[in-house]
Amino acid sequence: MADLKTRIAKRCAKEFKDGEFVNLGIGLPTMVADYIPDDIMVTFHSENGFAGIDAVVDKEEDVDVDIINSGGTYVTAVPRVKYFDTAESFGLVRGGHVRATVLGAMQVAENGDLANWIIPGKKVAGMGGAMDLCAGCPEVIIVMLHTQKGNHKILKECTLPLTAERCVSKIITEMGVMEVTDEGIVVTELHPDYTKEDIQAATGCELKFSPDLKPMEEE
Amino acid sequence: MINKIMTADEAVAGVQDGMTIMVGGFLGTGSPEVLMDALVRKGVKHLTVIGNDGGLHTGQPAQFGGKTPRGIGKLLEHHMVDHLIASHIGVNPLINEQIAEGTLRYTLVPQGTLAEKIRAAAYGLGGVLTPTGVGTPMETEVDELGREKKVVEIEGVKYLFEMPLRADYSFIRPSVADKFGNFYCAKATKNFNYVMTGASDHTIIAPEKLVEIGEIDPDYFAVAGVLVDTIVEGEQKWQI
Repeated sequence: MADLKTRIAKRCAKEFKDGEFVNLGIGLPTMVADYIPDDIMVTFHSENGFAGIDAVVDKEEDVDVDIINSGGTYVTAVPRVKYFDTAESFGLVRGGHVRATVLGAMQVAENGDLANWIIPGKKVAGMGGAMDLCAGCPEVIIVMLHTQKGNHKILKECTLPLTAERCVSKIITEMGVMEVTDEGIVVTELHPDYTKEDIQAATGCELKFSPDLKPMEEE
Repeated sequence: MINKIMTADEAVAGVQDGMTIMVGGFLGTGSPEVLMDALVRKGVKHLTVIGNDGGLHTGQPAQFGGKTPRGIGKLLEHHMVDHLIASHIGVNPLINEQIAEGTLRYTLVPQGTLAEKIRAAAYGLGGVLTPTGVGTPMETEVDELGREKKVVEIEGVKYLFEMPLRADYSFIRPSVADKFGNFYCAKATKNFNYVMTGASDHTIIAPEKLVEIGEIDPDYFAVAGVLVDTIVEGEQKWQI
């Protein structure tokens, strides 16, 4: 499972260009930062208040108690960091200045609807900044395992309450890379471990396959 | 000359049962601990509390677990909160416990929207239009005061109309303030501390460091001391 998540994070890291400003969610999305090539400078947004989040602090003596990430974990910042308050942080988000956000999902619909914040009847966590990010960022990239205990997560319609409507542009799973288009979800890359039939069987809506379908590369 | 400096207990003397307060901080980072401690000593009840989250419980965050609760977590530990208005309530376990017991109710507001609702109150706006939450339960559920949301369409784009959010008291933690109340917050402690200043009838700040007027270059200050009513000394750097 860890290897599958690494595969997804490595592939997602190829989405970013030199100089871009992007947001990574907590969990699998955070792993993406580890695979950005050294010759590319990407600035990561931490929605609790800065542009330029770096790494989680391992040792207690290295902690600066004034720097946490949006999950409350002590982290470091890069030298070019800019700190800001919540209003400015989400102004940058809604203004479209954070080029992309990488998030996990409970459900994604074929029209790009996203549900990733609440399961009715379960313990309530809250949306935090997820609704703002999905409404504001020009690109929403979902990284996740393709199914949840065998259940479909990519569906014709979401059954859970939405985080935002028609916001997802790309989905990256261990099986492949998919783009959300006006004609539905198009597989652009398929991992060599799977066939077209495999990825279709693991998906709750009809997939289209790009005429230019490529293998999803490990490295 | 006006002297804004008081003890923490004097500063919170006017906080009454049932009042609405807002507290700066993000999972405890940037929360005014001396003011939370003073509210606990006063033992005020039935508060409506506005904050990003419910602070931390003892032992959080898991990375290097804290020895005491932090921020709003102190008020929750002492069952002083009836209604929590926040963007995230999943970290401090006391919140879901108290919801299950029926002693706490909550209203969720997206983080960026929460900041703008507070900013609207501080800066005299009748509300804000935001694309955040369109097509989600934020559109169909009532707001923190039970009001229906309005959807406004402008040039083909849908926005939610969000009303200002005011309180009786704002509790704020600067890193450095002067004795008039001009202040800034270091690094990631800014979070809600800037917009909450001036969004209440009374703003109380508890700076980690208090300097004389004129002691540091005024260009460092991010927030105007004219918005600050009361200054409390004694806030310490957080010890993990």
